[in-house]
Amino acid sequence: MKAVAEFKIHYVQMLDPSGQPVADLPAFAHSRDELVRMYRMMVLARTFDTKAVNLQRTGKLGTYPSCLGHEATHVGAGAALRPEDSIAPVYREIGTQYWRGVRMVETLTYWGGDERGNDFSGPRHDFPWSVPIASQTLHAAGAAMAYKIRREPRCALAYVGDGGTSEGAFYEAINLAGARKLPVVFLVVNNRWAISVPIEQQTACTTLAQKAIAAGIPGVQVDGNDIIAVRDTLEQALARGRRGDGPTVVEALTYRLSDHTTADDATRYRPEAEVKAAWQIEPLIRTRAFMAATCGWTDADELALKAECAQQVEAAVQEFLAMPKQTSDSMFDYVFANQPVRLTVQKALARRYSGQGH
Amino acid sequence: MAQITMIEAITMAHAWEMEHDPSVVLLGEDIGINGGVFRATVGLQQRFGSDRVQDTPLAEGMIAGMCVGMAAQGLKPVAEIQFMGFIYPAIDQIVNHMSRMRNRTRGRMSCPVVIRTPHGGGIRSPEHHSESVEALFAHIPGIRVVCPSTPARAYGLLLAAIRDPDPVLFLEPVRIYRYAKQEVANDGKALPLDVCFLLREGTDVTIVTWGAMTVDTLKAATQLAAEGISAEVIDLATISPIDSEAILDSVARTGRLVIVHEAARNCGVGAEIAAIVAEQGLYDLQAPIQRVTGYDTVMPYFKLEHDYLPSVARIVDAVHATFVD
Repeated sequence: MKAVAEFKIHYVQMLDPSGQPVADLPAFAHSRDELVRMYRMMVLARTFDTKAVNLQRTGKLGTYPSCLGHEATHVGAGAALRPEDSIAPVYREIGTQYWRGVRMVETLTYWGGDERGNDFSGPRHDFPWSVPIASQTLHAAGAAMAYKIRREPRCALAYVGDGGTSEGAFYEAINLAGARKLPVVFLVVNNRWAISVPIEQQTACTTLAQKAIAAGIPGVQVDGNDIIAVRDTLEQALARGRRGDGPTVVEALTYRLSDHTTADDATRYRPEAEVKAAWQIEPLIRTRAFMAATCGWTDADELALKAECAQQVEAAVQEFLAMPKQTSDSMFDYVFANQPVRLTVQKALARRYSGQGH
Repeated sequence: MAQITMIEAITMAHAWEMEHDPSVVLLGEDIGINGGVFRATVGLQQRFGSDRVQDTPLAEGMIAGMCVGMAAQGLKPVAEIQFMGFIYPAIDQIVNHMSRMRNRTRGRMSCPVVIRTPHGGGIRSPEHHSESVEALFAHIPGIRVVCPSTPARAYGLLLAAIRDPDPVLFLEPVRIYRYAKQEVANDGKALPLDVCFLLREGTDVTIVTWGAMTVDTLKAATQLAAEGISAEVIDLATISPIDSEAILDSVARTGRLVIVHEAARNCGVGAEIAAIVAEQGLYDLQAPIQRVTGYDTVMPYFKLEHDYLPSVARIVDAVHATFVD
């Protein structure tokens, strides 16, 4: 028997967990400004995240999905994108959103139970959070189709988790993207856990990147805790899309250091030793070590950055807490552009009883 | 002006809007060179190119999800789901995203999408090809459900659906795709959504129906006229949101209401219409409301489909029932 097709999946890592370079580094990794910008955003995301979890614990936010441990993947993606590109996120990617101009108060608004958080200051063409798993991969493919039809040099980026790659929508999206050579990148954020189900129970695949092979498109695996590898890999994949060479699946290997959401208790299903080991290879340690070694990042710089981030987060929290809630009218005002009579009637009814419930 | 069928009117509406609005893009299975299994898009790929008339891979959920993405980025996708029995994989995207993108983003993004799909039975189709599940979608906030009943209304309502800033599920009654020809001006004039159309004036009973059942209902009305009962026939046209006012006005004049639909009875759209009249027009009624519907069974395979579909005789009997003391 002869082999009619053979495939390989490559793994990209540029910084090891201690921050030592293990490959030739791209130009941006030699720029102090670029490194500080990325590191600053990772620290900001983590500072915000810690605060958001605390706000949920004190009843100021609803259920909140932490991004703890995903900072390199999310910020690396933000740095790789151009403003005219679009993202179709899941629900943890604040590191990308803040890079693109979304404000922290908007994240709090959303998880505080208010749709105005999706009407954000970031690019108006970026999709809102998508709670139904993997459904957003098709939106990114559709966006890419729009760019392709209009001959615009833009690329869409869809995020999906390891669990999300089991959904039909993911396969449909990568299949379509391959068949139509769409300018889209599928970033599979493999954090090993889909709530309580580990990756080994999700699939028999050795890698999730190899799912790309079935769609006839390139798939690559990257160390998702290595922001330099993530950004460089995504920059190449996005550029490929923009120049009309088609889609890519990028699997970023990271770890969900938090519970799934604030409504979850991961100690019920996850071995403590695994979490402990994951903390040894988390993304901030290695970025800071690399910066200390290559561009003179000091403990004083670190302290100043953390103080600045804490201050910004606190300002966002104050702004959030001072926001008046929407009126009951808002339930009705965005269902249709042209409001049917029956909604106008119901709107008046809701207004009459508004504030009397609960 | 040419005499054309409903399917030709649908093709004509597509062509007009594609000619006048470059953001309109058609997608679906076999809609390109093949022109669709019912030929609704015949000749359009040749005329507008394969970017604007796209054959998609075979996945209905994907078609709906792609429409969401395309619409959110400024296009106006018009998708064909080949048969209504194949629409179920698309429901996730329609319910979770398409119908609520405007609401979720407080108006930042919207989904001006039309999903067209054949509706109903009566043409000896295979299993799963004769569904009429409009009630599933009428229950969903944020999407309009529209069903034309003549070539002219198909033309005008499809144009309105494509121009509407929100998603529209456009149900095409297969049984009358080629039932009758009608003069239809290709003038780009849309008909209004959210309103009923009066098909026949009458004074004794109001019959509300839509889609292919308008044909049988009008036949029943003719038969009833011969025995001295004057039936008013209303084509609902926009199934959701319902034009309550027109129905209530008519019932206030006639005092009797019969609702005719092909879909199953249980929680069908007829139940909503009956409830509206019970809530707001009960004292206008001289007799209990009657519903003539499909049965609460699976739509049978074609040997028995005419036992399932409401017949002229059933409609006439239901009207008679409103005259029994």
